[in-house]
Amino acid sequence: MSPLLDVQGLTKRFGGLTANANIAFDVNEGEIVGIIGPNGAGKSTLFDLITGFQSPNAGRALLDGRDITGLRPDRIGRLGLARTFQKLKPFVDLTVTENVMVGALAHTPVLKTAREQALESLAFVDLLDKRNHFARELSTGQRKRLELARALAMSPRLILMDEVTGGVDQRSVAGLVALVRELKQRGVTIVMIEHNMQVIMRLADRILALHAGRRIAFGAPDEVRSDAAVVDAYLGTIDHAA
Amino acid sequence: MSSSRTDILKSALAESLWPRPPLWVGAFGAAALALLLAYPFIFTTPFAHHLMILILLYALMAQSWNVVAGFSGQISLGQAIFFGIGAYSSTVLFAKYGITPWAGLMVGMLLSALAAVAIGVPTLRLRGHYFAIATLLIGSSVQIVFQRWDWVGAASGLYVPIERASPWFYLQFHTSKVPYYYVALGAVAAGYFAVWKLRRSRLGFRLQAMRDDPDAAASLGIAIARHKVLAFMISAAMMSVAGTFYAQYVLVLDPERLFSAEISIIVLLMTVLGGSGTLWGPALGAAILVPLSEYSRIWFGGTGRTIDLILYGILILLVCMWRPSGILSLLEERIRRRAEIP
Repeated sequence: MSPLLDVQGLTKRFGGLTANANIAFDVNEGEIVGIIGPNGAGKSTLFDLITGFQSPNAGRALLDGRDITGLRPDRIGRLGLARTFQKLKPFVDLTVTENVMVGALAHTPVLKTAREQALESLAFVDLLDKRNHFARELSTGQRKRLELARALAMSPRLILMDEVTGGVDQRSVAGLVALVRELKQRGVTIVMIEHNMQVIMRLADRILALHAGRRIAFGAPDEVRSDAAVVDAYLGTIDHAA
Repeated sequence: MSSSRTDILKSALAESLWPRPPLWVGAFGAAALALLLAYPFIFTTPFAHHLMILILLYALMAQSWNVVAGFSGQISLGQAIFFGIGAYSSTVLFAKYGITPWAGLMVGMLLSALAAVAIGVPTLRLRGHYFAIATLLIGSSVQIVFQRWDWVGAASGLYVPIERASPWFYLQFHTSKVPYYYVALGAVAAGYFAVWKLRRSRLGFRLQAMRDDPDAAASLGIAIARHKVLAFMISAAMMSVAGTFYAQYVLVLDPERLFSAEISIIVLLMTVLGGSGTLWGPALGAAILVPLSEYSRIWFGGTGRTIDLILYGILILLVCMWRPSGILSLLEERIRRRAEIP
C-alpha cells in the first residue's frame, strides 16, 4: 500500500539559511505521525511547503500518489489535506458556528448542510456552548479547538496540526489529547507538530525529529527517544533547561 | 459523546441559522419603510426631495464600497472609476446612439465589472496597502484619460440630451424630483437586497472569511485571488448603477467631479462611520454625512465645502476612538448574538 502522504526531499532556503534540507518522510493511512524538534528546526516551514503556502526549492510531496507540490493552498485543501496554524487564525468577526461552516462549505454548497456539519464538528471538540459567540471572544484554548473544528468540518483525509497543545493550560491538554485519539479512531490520518514530549510519545505511531532544518530521526517513538542524535540535539537541551 | 453534549447538539440543530431579529427591530424596519415610501408626500419641498435622493444615491455608493472592503477586506480607493464609467456608459449610448439609459445602465455595469477585472487581476495579488494605493492612482489616471478624450467631450464633459417625451423610458423627469426619488429608492432596495442575499450565501461566507484571515481561508479551500476579483466586480457593478442614475439626475457629466478621489473617499468615510461590514452601516453613514454636507453648504455658503470635510474628519476621529467598527456595530452585535445556553 502506498502511503497517504509521501514527502520526498523537500528543501527550502531563505537566502543563506536552509530551513528545510532534503526532508523525507511518509505517512500511512490511519496513522499519527509526530514532528518534534527545537525552535527553528523547520517544522512549521515543512507544513507550509506541504500545504502550498510556500514553494520548495527542491523535492516534492505526494498526496495519495498525486504530486501536490506547487499547487495553491486552496487546491490542496480541496484535495482533502487540512491544516491548523501555530499562530491561530480565527475569523474574528464571524461567530463560532460560522467559522466552522466555512470549513464545511469547502465540500457542500448548501448552507443548511454546512451548518449541521459545523455543529457536529463543534460538538466533537466540545465547543458547542460557544457556538453563537464571535470568534474574537474565545480564549486561546477555545480558539485552538475552534481551529481544529474548522479543519475537521472539511472532512479531510489528512490533517496537519501545528502545536495543538502549545500555550494551553495543563487541564485542557488532556482534553485535546483525547480529541486526537478519537480522531484517529474515526479514521483521520494525522501529522502533528508537538512540543510536549509526553504527549507525542504516547500519541504518535511514528515520529519525525528535525534539527536545524535536517531530519535526524524518523521511526517508532521508542527508537526516536533513544536515538543518539535526538538525545543530543533535542532532549538534551530540554534536560539542561529543566 | 456524553449525553449532555448530545442534548446541546440537538437543541443547536433545532435553532435556525439566521436568528429572528427582536420584534422592535421588525417594527422599526416597517416604520422606516413606510416613512421612506411616503417621504415625498410628507416633505414636499424640492430641497427635501433633493436631500433624500442624494442620501439614497450615496447609500448605494457606500454599499458598493462595503462589498469590496467591508465584507471582503480589500480597501479600494478607486470607486469613482466605476461611478464615472456608469455615468459615461449610459450618456454616451443615449447622446450618440439614442439608446435608452436603462440599456446604458446594463452596459455600464458590464463595463465596470470588466474594468474591475482589468484592475483587480494584477493589483489584488498584492497584499497590504498596495491595492489601496494602486486603485487611488489608477483612479487619477482614468480621470486624466477622460479629461483628454475628445470623443466623450474631454474636459468639458457631456450633456445628457433633454427628452421630454416618455420620461420613464428616457429616465428623465423635468417637472418633479419625485420620480427620481422612487427610482433611487428602488435602486437602493435592489442593491441592499442583493447584499443581504450575498451575506447569506456561500460566497458571502467565503468573502468574510477571506477578509478576516486570507491564509486560514485558503487552507479551507477558498481560492483567494478569484474571490477578491469577484468581490471587486460586484462592487464595481453596483457603483456603476449609481453613476448612471447620477448622470440622469444632474444631466451634466463633468469628469472633474465624476472621477474625483473625493467620491472614492467619501464612500469609505460613510461606510466606516456607519459600520463597515454591516448591511445597514453604509446607509446610516450616508444619512449622517449627506445632510451634514448639504446643510453646511447652506449655512456657510461657498466655504461650506471645506467645513463639511472638517466635520467629516472630526466624526471619523470620534468613531475610530470610540467604536472602530462603526456606529451600527453596537446594535448588530446585540441582534446577531443570541443568549447563551441556559
